[in-house]
Amino acid sequence: MASSCHHCDEFSRASLVRRTAAEAGRGLPAIEPGMPLPAGTGLDRRAFVARTFGLALSVYGLGKLGLFEEGIARAASGPAQPVLVSVFLPGGADSLSVLYPALDSTYRQLRPTLALDAGAGPVFAEDSRLHWHPSLQPLAALHGEGKVSVLPAVGYTHPDQSHFTSRHFWEVGATDARLSSGWMGRYLDHAGSMDNPLQGLSLDYQLQPALASTKVPVASVAAPEEYSFWAPGVWGDVEQRMLETLGPLGSRRRDPFLNQAAKATAQSDRLRRQLEPFAGHGYGTPVPYPDVEDSFPHQLAGLAAMLAANLPLRCVAITAPGEYDTHSDQPQALADGLDVTARSLLAFQRDLEARGLADRVLTLVWSEFGRRAEENGSDGTDHGAAGSAFLIGTRARGQMVGEFPGVNNLDEDGNLRATADFRGVYCSLLEQWLNEDATAVIPGAGSFSRPLLVK
Amino acid sequence: MPPVYRGPFGKAQAERLLWRAGFGPRPGEAERLAKLGLHGAVHSLTHPGPERLRGPKPHDDHGHPLAPFDAWGHDQLWWLDRMVRTTQPLAERMTLVWHDWFATSRDGVDSARLMIRQNKLFRKHALGSFSTLLTEVTRDPAMLLWLSGVDNEKDAPNENYGREMMELFTIGADRGGYTEQDVREQARALTGWRNDWSDTLGPVNFRYDKHRHDPGVKKIFGKKGHFDWRDSCRLCVHHRLHPSFFVTKLWSYFVPTAPPVATRRELERLYVRHGLAVRPVVEAILRHPALYLGPRMVKSPAVYTAGLLRALRRGIDTEAWTWLMSLAGQQLFYPPNVAGWDDTRWLDTATYRARWLIASQAIEKRALKPDKAKLPDDASKLLVRAEAFFGRPALTGQTHSELKRFARRALGDANAKWKKEQYPALIENALRQLLASSPDLQTC
Repeated sequence: MASSCHHCDEFSRASLVRRTAAEAGRGLPAIEPGMPLPAGTGLDRRAFVARTFGLALSVYGLGKLGLFEEGIARAASGPAQPVLVSVFLPGGADSLSVLYPALDSTYRQLRPTLALDAGAGPVFAEDSRLHWHPSLQPLAALHGEGKVSVLPAVGYTHPDQSHFTSRHFWEVGATDARLSSGWMGRYLDHAGSMDNPLQGLSLDYQLQPALASTKVPVASVAAPEEYSFWAPGVWGDVEQRMLETLGPLGSRRRDPFLNQAAKATAQSDRLRRQLEPFAGHGYGTPVPYPDVEDSFPHQLAGLAAMLAANLPLRCVAITAPGEYDTHSDQPQALADGLDVTARSLLAFQRDLEARGLADRVLTLVWSEFGRRAEENGSDGTDHGAAGSAFLIGTRARGQMVGEFPGVNNLDEDGNLRATADFRGVYCSLLEQWLNEDATAVIPGAGSFSRPLLVK
Repeated sequence: MPPVYRGPFGKAQAERLLWRAGFGPRPGEAERLAKLGLHGAVHSLTHPGPERLRGPKPHDDHGHPLAPFDAWGHDQLWWLDRMVRTTQPLAERMTLVWHDWFATSRDGVDSARLMIRQNKLFRKHALGSFSTLLTEVTRDPAMLLWLSGVDNEKDAPNENYGREMMELFTIGADRGGYTEQDVREQARALTGWRNDWSDTLGPVNFRYDKHRHDPGVKKIFGKKGHFDWRDSCRLCVHHRLHPSFFVTKLWSYFVPTAPPVATRRELERLYVRHGLAVRPVVEAILRHPALYLGPRMVKSPAVYTAGLLRALRRGIDTEAWTWLMSLAGQQLFYPPNVAGWDDTRWLDTATYRARWLIASQAIEKRALKPDKAKLPDDASKLLVRAEAFFGRPALTGQTHSELKRFARRALGDANAKWKKEQYPALIENALRQLLASSPDLQTC
């Protein structure tokens, strides 16, 4: 493997070098419906995927299939599981711009410079007081097809206006500053397995805290097709032996932090084996994704490809592009972030539909809070309370959850009041989508009413 | 006074101290430090001589000098070079601590010039007065841009800086230390900063303009007055909850488990008694038994990378470190947000692989050529050589025996003459890679 160019590719996807990493169309084409199969194989899609998988395993295993390989094979060959994708808008997206009360005179008074015009964005069909932010046209279109449930004011009682505290609450699924496992991580601790790191996948350069588990392994990978290990001046039998040493080096240690490093070693080794079908090949996409600098659309395209390859994913977390902590320069920053996010999510949905996977995936889009109703005078807004969230997918019920509370009934800090609780949303997703008892995952689950989210 | 470590102070303890209070030993450095004893060793770190940069000068991939203000990524290389070559490792480590504590990102500042200016401020006050440091940071141009200080004016108060100053810099959230009303009043007290814009230089001429300041009475932490930005800083560092916040947060950069309550109180007293000076508190932490007897700590990517280069006596000779450290989760000058990097989440499957790549990059230039190298056909000897390559770092028995088992098995695969000749070099290369990315070298 030529290390230098391999490195450049990876660099670009860190969105550090300002160039597009559009690598669609490389390799593994058989996972795309409608594309020709390799000549002469005569295999249908599923068979080919299974064979790809088997090939990878036999290349690795050399006839020594262990417990772990059996684990992946079993998970991959079992019934398809529902998948939940969490998309985080970092910084506290302004819910009063995401869906804005265009004709409300109080809104215009609170936002003398930031108020969006009635003609700028499409009307929200379920509540004609509201308009979609102009950049959210793609979500408005999906909503028109009945594939988006809108939560115009989601939050919790006694809202915390610290980014870190509020985000933490959402990530752990409770208003508990001390809880250290993520809500999806705890779900996987109950429903997942000990030998499948891909069950909780952070499409990122680091683990998303919502996926932090206490028992089962989870994974973090920014570019699945590049997940391989190479060392200078090592090849052949010796390389194979070197890679086989990762597992034992990752075995349990007494010192807690040494053990943390060992665990990362062992999980990386497992993930390396799981992703062997993609390593060095890449993947194709049946639909175009936005051609932008950010890695988000590329990562969603990779996610769809992994699902099509039948890899055993269950919970996925990813951060949306854009910076939503708009204390200043809000109009441009917000429009740019929402634009790439919404177009990418539309492409992802179309991708899943083209691959026949749409009924298996629901995507929850959220932010740690909304922003202050009154603008701050520096072309921006300060931290607020209730924010907006969306649930996207063909199986999403497509009806608003909680009403828009209006800007004439703000809380004592001048913030939007929540009309839906995020913990109730999590309970519904667990029970209606993931078929798990929410009381095992969400503290105090019994006290939250469950909105109907899935059809 | 807080308790002091009384056990033996040998090479292992000196090695740990050099990692926690700096960027790891150069070959032979731990042995030399051990001879000074605990107090002498700590004193040599907290009272170093004048700073010198030792070793090969940094350059980019084309052999040209670094251009930290102008070339993309060179800001990070400029700093990494200091971590590798400095003779004042603790001051450099404290600079990294303050960069994380007052986490400012070039993503929001958009000026290498201002970021490096802020970096020099952190270095200047590395072990000085926290009160002075907070005051200087509050009027630092990069910070004024990053947390909207220059957008904060009397007719339109902006809460960004006031909130983070209390939550992340001085008091801490969820401790009952302040209310949302205090956030608003702090924002008013902090009004008045502004700057100009130059088409050639960007943001310039940062200054306090009393016409933009709100001169009215504010009520902060129950006290009333015509407070301004200096009062704002003063009220925070004299808040009853500030000393406990300060010593607990500072401690967390050196020891991964929370300080015992008695120790925390002693550190608070020390801090207050010395007029909010940083150095005495750091000294007490570096002498504390928890640092030597407690669990290991996960190295941050900057510490891991600089440490590998120090061990190998290698200077900055490639720009690859910028993106490699970014993949590992720590691009200097770009902390993820104002709370800094999350020290509890350095290691996962993505960042582990990045560290593997960092190790590959560190050893690649010196990889042995199998047709040239003449190495012994003996697993133990190969491992001894690989350990010597990194200056013989302390290894756990478990890692040692796994590496030896690997070498023995790989030697056993050599079932032809050419393999018997060539495999020892391949195995030696693999041992270097495995050693550098082992759990032992990811932690200290």
